[in-house]
Amino acid sequence: MTTTTAASADSGERTVRKDSPGAARGPRRAGRIRRIGLPYLLLLPALLLELLVHLVPMVIGIVMSFKELTQFYIRDWGTAPWSGFDNYKISVDFSAPVGEALLHSFLVTVGFTLLSVGLCWLIGTAAAIYMQDTFRGRGLLRALFLVPYALPVYAAVITWVFMFQHDNGLVNHVLHDQLHLTDKPSFWLIGDNSFYALLVVSVWKGWPFAFLIIMAGLQNIPGELYEAAALDGAGLWQQLRRITLPSLRAVNQVLILVLFLWTFNDFNTPFVLFGRTAPESADLISVHIYQASFVTWNFGTGSAMSVLLLLFLLVVTGAYLLLTSRGRKTADV
Amino acid sequence: MAPPNSFLWSRRIFLTLLTGFVLVPVYVMVSSSLKPLADVSGKFRWIPSGLTIRPYIDIWSTVPLARYFVNSLIVAGAATVCSVVIAVFAAYAVSRYEFRGKRTFTVTVLSTQMFPGILFLLPLFLIYVNIGNATGIALFGSRGGLILTYLTFSLPFSIWMLIGYFDSVPRDLDEAALVDGCGPLGALFRVVVPAAIPGIVAVAVYAFMTAWGEVLFASVMTNDTTRTLAVGLQGYSTLNNVYWNQIMAASLVVSVPVVAGFLLLQRYLVAGLTAGAVK
Repeated sequence: MTTTTAASADSGERTVRKDSPGAARGPRRAGRIRRIGLPYLLLLPALLLELLVHLVPMVIGIVMSFKELTQFYIRDWGTAPWSGFDNYKISVDFSAPVGEALLHSFLVTVGFTLLSVGLCWLIGTAAAIYMQDTFRGRGLLRALFLVPYALPVYAAVITWVFMFQHDNGLVNHVLHDQLHLTDKPSFWLIGDNSFYALLVVSVWKGWPFAFLIIMAGLQNIPGELYEAAALDGAGLWQQLRRITLPSLRAVNQVLILVLFLWTFNDFNTPFVLFGRTAPESADLISVHIYQASFVTWNFGTGSAMSVLLLLFLLVVTGAYLLLTSRGRKTADV
Repeated sequence: MAPPNSFLWSRRIFLTLLTGFVLVPVYVMVSSSLKPLADVSGKFRWIPSGLTIRPYIDIWSTVPLARYFVNSLIVAGAATVCSVVIAVFAAYAVSRYEFRGKRTFTVTVLSTQMFPGILFLLPLFLIYVNIGNATGIALFGSRGGLILTYLTFSLPFSIWMLIGYFDSVPRDLDEAALVDGCGPLGALFRVVVPAAIPGIVAVAVYAFMTAWGEVLFASVMTNDTTRTLAVGLQGYSTLNNVYWNQIMAASLVVSVPVVAGFLLLQRYLVAGLTAGAVK
């Protein structure tokens, strides 16, 4: 989650600098070769693993998306017949059931992600800013706030499943029995309500990460800025708008991108909350593709959907990085 | 200068509400884990009708929780150690050397973070099965396969974060070590690594949590003997009954090691994030 921007800025800075370890030693030939080879040697384990577990599977996934890959071919998937762009056509034919369901799931995921990321950011920012000054119990509160982030996903989400139970859950007990807000106990894990159930769980689990990052960002703002602003008569609100938020710009750009990618790709939360088949209103794309691949046994179509998803994420991320880096350049001038 | 009263009041209200939101599920987990089965099967009660530690005894026999626990420990522990070591080497190379392909490497590592896990679930499954058929190395269904998968999940994050952290260690320090006759690896382990301990701890915590909490690959790539906690916890729901008190007790037992470790080490995590992510 460290930043693209930080990484690229650094490498740019370093190209100007002379490679000092090399310069410090003499130009002996054997030593030089070793030193040129050394970075690659150091990278080798990481490279091999990235290749084996990320890049090769991705290539295979792309190949699979052009094949008619059903359960009959799974033992020996190389022999599955080619189907050209059929899997893609099925996936994006929005008038037919498969494409329509995919489009629906995509739109649900976009809406869900925007809401969840927005709320996580808002709560995280508010909490971090409120806790910027020291007060009694601040350390304890900070530790408490990190608990949802630290809990293993399945343990945390399964607790929410229990709370959302129709007959013996806390949510219905509070809303219906205690506050009388609903006529009868609602269903939270099926039907339209499940979107909100998923959102609540996602925000509960996700906001502490925003809190953590923004707290770290706040530590880097020099206190003199606030003192000077206070002397000039700026109120808290103005300090927030003129100092805090602009100083957090770079941090926020990275944070929001990371939250977006994590939320958009999240599989664990909906899977533990709903199981292999999510309700229509909360049918996030990861679970949808899982369902298309492993429940209906159509791996070719599932792969095509995955590739489309990846293309979408690439485009969005590229556009986001382009926009934010341009914004930063003009802001610097 | 003391903040105005309106600020103090809005802070009190906001933080109280937020604490409630955060703590209610934790309270439910703890209180339900101490309730008799009849109590968790009926209407929810804030105050338990009777307290019992029975669920904490029964969780070990209803499902082989101890075995799942050991599996999770081995898988998450091994994935953490390997991923940290590999990330330290890679980040050192990127932070201290100029070489061809450096930018490609960082961009590639960076972009793997955006791949949805579902994209390589099936291909990886096929690769592991094929490697197994060709070489006899059982990756599919084994702990080894899961370790291999998990360590790459935390690797991109760990590498970026450590690059940032190593960059913040003054170059003069390891250059001095090189001048004093240390090899590059000597400089790494004697100077850079000790100076970057907070970052390394942060990365280790993150790697462990990622592996400990992963569900998707654990549910597809394990069998009865290698099952991890992520999948094992489903065993408390049977056709006849859902043992909610045991589920909550088991969830708590599963969570205590990671939450305790996280809270103990969180100051390092914040320090690591400050140096790595926030510049």
